[in-house]
Amino acid sequence: MAFWIASSPHNHNQTKTPNLMRLVIYATLPGILAQWYFFGWGNLIHIGIAMITALVCEFTVLSLRKKPIAHELLDGSALLTALLLGICLPALAPWWISVIGTIFAIVIVKQLYGGLGHNPFNPAMAGYVMLLVSFPLQMTLWQPPLSLVAVDLNFTNTLTTILTGFTVEGYSVEQVRNTLDGITMATPLDTLKTNINQGLTVLESLNNPVFGDNFALGWEWINAGFLLGGLFLIFKKAIAWQTPVSFLISLFICSFIGYSMSPDSSASTMFHWFSGATMLGAFFILTDPVTGATSTKGRIIVGLLAGLLVYLIRTAGGYPDGIAFAILLCNMSAPLIDQYTRPRTYGHLKGDK
Amino acid sequence: MVESVIERITRGHFWDFHGGIHPPEQKMLTASKPIKQLALPKQLIIPLQQHIGREGDLLVKIGDKVLKGQALTLSTNPMVVPIHAPTSGTISAIQMSVIAHPSGLSQLCVFLDVDGADTWRKKTVCADIEQLSNSEIIEKIADAGIAGMGGAGFPTHIKVNSKPDINFLIINGAECEPYITADDLLMMEQSNAIVDGIKILDKLLTPAFILIAIEDNKPKAIKALQQASAAIEKIKVCVVPTKYPAGGEKQLIQILTGQEVPSGRLPIHTGIVMQNIATCFAINDAVRHDIPLIRRVVTVTGQALNKPQNVWALLGTPINFLLQQCAVQAIENEQQPVIMGGPMMGFSVSSELVPIVKTSNCILVPSKTEMPSAFEKESKEVECIRCGQCSDVCPSQLLPQELQWSAKAKDYPQLEKLNLSDCIDCGACAYVCPSQIPLVHYYRIAKAEIRQQQQLDLKAEKAKTRFEARKLRLEKEKTARQEKQKKAAAARKAAMNKATPEATDAKSAVAAALARVKAKKAAKSQSSTAEAQNNLAQSNELATEATNPIDEQKTQVAAAIARAKAKRILKQEAANKPISSNEPVKQTVTELLEVSQPPSNDDKKVKIAAAIAKAKAKKLSKAADAVQSVYRPESTEAEKTVTLTDKKAKIAAAVAKAKAKKKTKEARNLAGTVKNNDQDSG
Repeated sequence: MAFWIASSPHNHNQTKTPNLMRLVIYATLPGILAQWYFFGWGNLIHIGIAMITALVCEFTVLSLRKKPIAHELLDGSALLTALLLGICLPALAPWWISVIGTIFAIVIVKQLYGGLGHNPFNPAMAGYVMLLVSFPLQMTLWQPPLSLVAVDLNFTNTLTTILTGFTVEGYSVEQVRNTLDGITMATPLDTLKTNINQGLTVLESLNNPVFGDNFALGWEWINAGFLLGGLFLIFKKAIAWQTPVSFLISLFICSFIGYSMSPDSSASTMFHWFSGATMLGAFFILTDPVTGATSTKGRIIVGLLAGLLVYLIRTAGGYPDGIAFAILLCNMSAPLIDQYTRPRTYGHLKGDK
Repeated sequence: MVESVIERITRGHFWDFHGGIHPPEQKMLTASKPIKQLALPKQLIIPLQQHIGREGDLLVKIGDKVLKGQALTLSTNPMVVPIHAPTSGTISAIQMSVIAHPSGLSQLCVFLDVDGADTWRKKTVCADIEQLSNSEIIEKIADAGIAGMGGAGFPTHIKVNSKPDINFLIINGAECEPYITADDLLMMEQSNAIVDGIKILDKLLTPAFILIAIEDNKPKAIKALQQASAAIEKIKVCVVPTKYPAGGEKQLIQILTGQEVPSGRLPIHTGIVMQNIATCFAINDAVRHDIPLIRRVVTVTGQALNKPQNVWALLGTPINFLLQQCAVQAIENEQQPVIMGGPMMGFSVSSELVPIVKTSNCILVPSKTEMPSAFEKESKEVECIRCGQCSDVCPSQLLPQELQWSAKAKDYPQLEKLNLSDCIDCGACAYVCPSQIPLVHYYRIAKAEIRQQQQLDLKAEKAKTRFEARKLRLEKEKTARQEKQKKAAAARKAAMNKATPEATDAKSAVAAALARVKAKKAAKSQSSTAEAQNNLAQSNELATEATNPIDEQKTQVAAAIARAKAKRILKQEAANKPISSNEPVKQTVTELLEVSQPPSNDDKKVKIAAAIAKAKAKKLSKAADAVQSVYRPESTEAEKTVTLTDKKAKIAAAVAKAKAKKKTKEARNLAGTVKNNDQDSG
């Protein structure tokens, strides 16, 4: 009688990459819910478009590459990329923005580099930056919070706006973006940047309704939602805690220094934490294992670097938010950081590697 | 430092090692079941080598009747550990059989047909070990065939025969692998014997402290050993937290002492010796009771068994006997894995006839629901996403994800840079990998290939030094030859300058040539005068005189040609000689037959040449006579020359003949031997 031969270890804890991806997707739910509550259907529609595009792209490329389609199509990585991209896009951007962004992210950034595990850049962020650089006008079609919008942005209206540029009643995107007071809205980060450039102090610009009662109307809750999901992921040990913690600390320190040096022209630390894509970037994008650093020390360094870069781009750069750029720059430096932060192997002296 | 370590230990504080995992322990399957004595199996298959080292020399032959405990092999080398008959019976065969090794390869095994009487050989029980010297104890341990029973199987008598100061003797009872309870039960049931064994080790090694490390999931074993060792102050029972692989030698040393064993060195270099619990028990048996290592506790477990339990298994018991005793559920499909060792580091055995050896602590037969990954035919491997969970659990603090890429790319220098050699194969990385990459498998392949490469490099290095030595030798021989040639040339030159006949020959030839040139010149300038005619006659005569030495030279040349030809034939034969394979030999024979003809031809030629030479010489002598009558003064010299030439030509011809004959003979002999060879090999 011959027995079954296998290599040790014979046991496995039965974790699977697709499960990990699914867990991350579930963890975005609180943030997405907050986004839906404050900004309506726009991002959900974009997420849907992006996901369908992502699956079609994945399928095409996998069949061209003669890879096991069933195995890899549903591993959740493409859906996660589409999800993250959809969350980031301006809610009223036309439909082809998410289609082009997703095609770029999946086909070029992910699959052309060798597919899952081989992409040097985070696909969602690379796609986002490509859109930002190539379609600057469409990428500023931010929608004000529903409470400030004059037009009734229900699901149908949002959908037709995204597909055609006009609501069912015939309002154009620009008209939709006008508030009750007739001012065109931008994101809080954008508004603050413009105001400071115009010589206003932070306190003066905070009168703008876009900032709401705390830091940024709606955005603070979205960030809180992503923070919650991120803590859940850390609790489930799906992501390493070092990256988000060091990132947030770094951003806190940078903004604290800026705020204490000139409080009039600098936003507060909490404004930096709870506006823009801070929490999403910290817990869902920077922690992407494929493009991040792998060693503990490396993760901390990447987090610190990203915090510094985000602060610099937000305050001194040309774009209102710097998460995407900062993350791409960190992706580039991650292999180098990994190279210099290898842990000391058991039985080896420090430096004797 | 040692003191502070002990202080920490008495406070119950330990160090931690990096990483580690908590796989399902599954020890409750067998932990509460006492070690069962089994009936004797019908046949035992005892591999000659069950440890790290070499096989011993066989002491028995087929048909021999052996008694229980009788040695079957003899140790002639420190790295050889003898094996013994686990029970009485008859040797029925000594042949290759599948052994307990991941490779599934065969090795020489002694097949023992059990007679059932279980008759012991004569035993000499030692009442008081204090009377034995250390070397006597070590000899007893060596003769009892004890090798580390924790897994590696290193000969124990070498490990206990260490000279340097030992700070810690660590007794490893951690048993961190899931499922296995063999050491646990042994500690529960035989704590006194184990402590007696430890006392023997204490006598041999005289360590400063003895630490017995047991994981905290074995409360009964801890209690039993604490009671048994209570009287000895030196012994500390250390209850270490349960975490895989806490029982790894390096990891346990780190937990207990906070020290790391430097890479590539042994614990002994840091003053630490580690022994397994079962080894201590075996040492006690061997030294006090004269019982060699012929049995061990084996945990036979897994949910595919109806009666999982711990058993005393005789070494050599085939697995199928143990599975029957533990009521294995019918194995219908071919996919049932049977694992020797634990689920993390054990290996799946290929045959039911694989025997229990000194290092086998567990036979695991999992059910499909219990361990689905062990049943998977195709690897479910997907791409690595660099999540880093593997490096989080690696007890050696390696970077398994980077190792994996380099292993797949066969980048061996990079693997060495990443310290692949420090990997202990514990399998923690592969256990947690969400991409289900069989990391350890990749490392094993890479390690084997690196080892092979190193061996090839070593071989190449040796070949290189050999080649260089040869080059040097050839160079030396060449210079020696040149030196010799130079000397010979110098000698020749010296000989030429002397007034030997040869020298005069050469001189006269030169003189004749000069005379001819002069005569030609004269003929040209004074062609019409009578004087010229006179001159011409003179010059003609001079010319004839000159032909004498030329002829002589010719004969010499002919002889030389004959010699050269003979040499060439010899060379050809020599070149043909080394060929020994079948087909070329036939070819050579035909060639040789052809070659053997030419010598006779050459022989003829040589004879003809000799004859010609003779004739020429005769002619020459006649001419010389004629010349003699005309020119008196020169004739004496010419006469001398002619007679000399004649003699020389004769000698040369004779020599050539003799040589040619010899060649033909040799050629024939050779042809004969080659033919014989051909027949032999044909």
